[in-house]
Amino acid sequence: MTNKFETSNALYKAQEPVFPRRVSGPFRRLKWAVMAVTLGIYYLAPWIPWDRGTQLSDQAILVDLAHRRFYFFWIEIWPHEFYFVAGLLIMAGLGLFLFTSALGRVWCGYACPQTVWTDLFILVERWIEGDRNARLRLFYGKWTFRKWRLRITKWFVWILISFGTGGAWVFYFTDASNLARDLWSFDAHPVVYSSISILTLTTFVFGGFMREQICIYMCPWPRIQAAMMDTNTLSVAYRSWRGEPRGKMRQTGRGDCIDCLACVNVCPMGIDIRQGQQMECIACALCIDACDDVMAKIGHDRGLVDYLVLADEEVESAGGQPVSVWKYIFRPRTFLYALIWSSIGIGMIYALFIRNDIDMTIRPVRNPTYLMQSDGAIRNIYEARLRNKLGEARVFQLEITGGKGFLLQLQSSNQAKTITVPADSTYLQRFYITVPKDHPAAKIPLTQLRLWVEDIENGNRSSSKTAFNGAPE
Amino acid sequence: MKTPEKDPHTEVETTGHSWDGIEELNTPLPRWWLWTFYATIIWGLIYIAAYPALPFFGSTSNGFLGWSARSSLEADLQQHKDRHASLNNTLVDAELSNLQTGQELRQYALARGAAVFTANCSQCHGAGAGGTVGYPNLLDNDWLWGGSLESITYIINHGIRNTSDPDAQFSEMPAFGEFLEEDDITSLTQFVTQLAQAKTKELNIDENTLFVENCSGCHGQNATGNESLGAPDLTDAIWLYGADSDSVEKTITDGRFGVMPAWGQRLSEADLRAVSIYVHALGGGE
Repeated sequence: MTNKFETSNALYKAQEPVFPRRVSGPFRRLKWAVMAVTLGIYYLAPWIPWDRGTQLSDQAILVDLAHRRFYFFWIEIWPHEFYFVAGLLIMAGLGLFLFTSALGRVWCGYACPQTVWTDLFILVERWIEGDRNARLRLFYGKWTFRKWRLRITKWFVWILISFGTGGAWVFYFTDASNLARDLWSFDAHPVVYSSISILTLTTFVFGGFMREQICIYMCPWPRIQAAMMDTNTLSVAYRSWRGEPRGKMRQTGRGDCIDCLACVNVCPMGIDIRQGQQMECIACALCIDACDDVMAKIGHDRGLVDYLVLADEEVESAGGQPVSVWKYIFRPRTFLYALIWSSIGIGMIYALFIRNDIDMTIRPVRNPTYLMQSDGAIRNIYEARLRNKLGEARVFQLEITGGKGFLLQLQSSNQAKTITVPADSTYLQRFYITVPKDHPAAKIPLTQLRLWVEDIENGNRSSSKTAFNGAPE
Repeated sequence: MKTPEKDPHTEVETTGHSWDGIEELNTPLPRWWLWTFYATIIWGLIYIAAYPALPFFGSTSNGFLGWSARSSLEADLQQHKDRHASLNNTLVDAELSNLQTGQELRQYALARGAAVFTANCSQCHGAGAGGTVGYPNLLDNDWLWGGSLESITYIINHGIRNTSDPDAQFSEMPAFGEFLEEDDITSLTQFVTQLAQAKTKELNIDENTLFVENCSGCHGQNATGNESLGAPDLTDAIWLYGADSDSVEKTITDGRFGVMPAWGQRLSEADLRAVSIYVHALGGGE
């Protein structure tokens, strides 16, 4: 059957399979280390305990969407403090500028989940099916019993990893140990099972089959990064002035490149780095390890394929002395980004530490603006919103400063003088301020007041401004 | 047809389109993208079959999942009711005097009462319960028929001067225009207006024969009103129909006949009790 897609004017392109060969070297070791750390954090973080008393979660990291709480070790964020999350998003955006200008596509090459999980899946693939050549033979071979056995084993292990990945995700959103128990006894909420299923499926498909297709066709990040890269940005490149003309080992008059294809064979993106900068390159640096290995064997200097900046490559090829790579990492632009990035970070940490222990907002009830009592006294109604972020109930007292003769009463069934706010909750307390009819504030439209709230146990105070509406004649 | 040229860098064919020397490459789309597109179409078809989607005359296709927005809402409401079932039962069964204790029950009653108030009471008494001329302000400490929780509950249950509930509170301010001379009405108006300005001590109520003969029966010997008759205190600062002489004269001449429906006939016992607690807690409850 002739495939109409494979004519010269093909509308659609089939995925070309990539079989990355095993490689070893310093960058590969760095990537293993990054994988171990990032996966370790991902799988284990929900299980870190953190004592917050009996009434609050004892999970160090928890995004409690149901109760609108975010716990991160000693920090607890409530919905009204969402600006911290906004700040983190701004830092993530600026971090993109910072890391791209300093280190190019370092995120893509080392830390992106797609890269990390694909790396893990390729590792499993290599354990089960063998290295590049064995996998190539298997791929193009007939569907024998052995091929079925290897494929099914591989898919099974992939599914297990995927399930672990989807399974770990849900532990960030609800109490991990309870959920783990419910999960196995099938008592967990259907949303838990559907989340796990969807993430299992996406991990399996993205890590096992889509791989480089995600980076090339689906991810917006490479496009954004391409817009931020310039000729001074660090990227993985081939020193063509040194390598060309490439030729066989025994050939005379050739450059350093012996066309061994080591760099091509290890590439998880399936490209040839010697063709220059390409959109597909995720700067994982595995080709550097592969080439350095070959260069050492044939007695050449390392670095035929290396971390380079384009501007330097031109200087080098003209016979000039290149600038140290570090000079490109630490340059005014990266310093500026680092400065903005860290000042936002420091600002947020500062904001975090000056957060008041007591949080009160006062809302005057403006319907009606004031009302008259039977003896002619003027009363205003207010609502105080008190937030208690601690794991135990707190008792507060309200007090007015700013003038004499203001009578403050709490709406309550038993003439209470104090407000008890239960643990980890917001409490709305209605209260009244009344002045006698001959009080000056009763006759003028607006009197400024300051209300103090005091934790009667430890004496901590906080204040809030409000106004009293009188009844003008 | 012109044979396509190849871009020298990427070895991809060009489309022949060129703008300012920038040529458009005919880069093929990945084929799985096409399959994804087909998959979304199939998903769409399944979705159409699963949920109400196709319009017919007066209705839509049902969808094999049997889902509907209405039944989903009903399920949510039922879930909400089930969640509050025990609080609801306590609210209905408890002694009225015990309803004020118990933080959770009180919070529940206040929240529920606020909703009932907005739906049923705010039309006359105002969204903030501040009232208006003829419709009492429920925030202050002046109550025509008493401000205890029991009195408030009774009023909401049976209403005032309505014809639908025989237990409604009833009293009538006569239209004195029918049997008093104009001079007497003017003189009474003047006297009551002065009462309104709270000059009680300077006025000798006992010596005003017009007031004693016509008004004291309901409004009391010293004009401080009578809650069992719904007769207002004439010495305080609060005037339902206005304290100016025109309003007072109109009140004396024509009488007043404010009506409140009997909500016991329309609200459930739980709603009735909740809104009573809410009104009692607005600020003036005794």
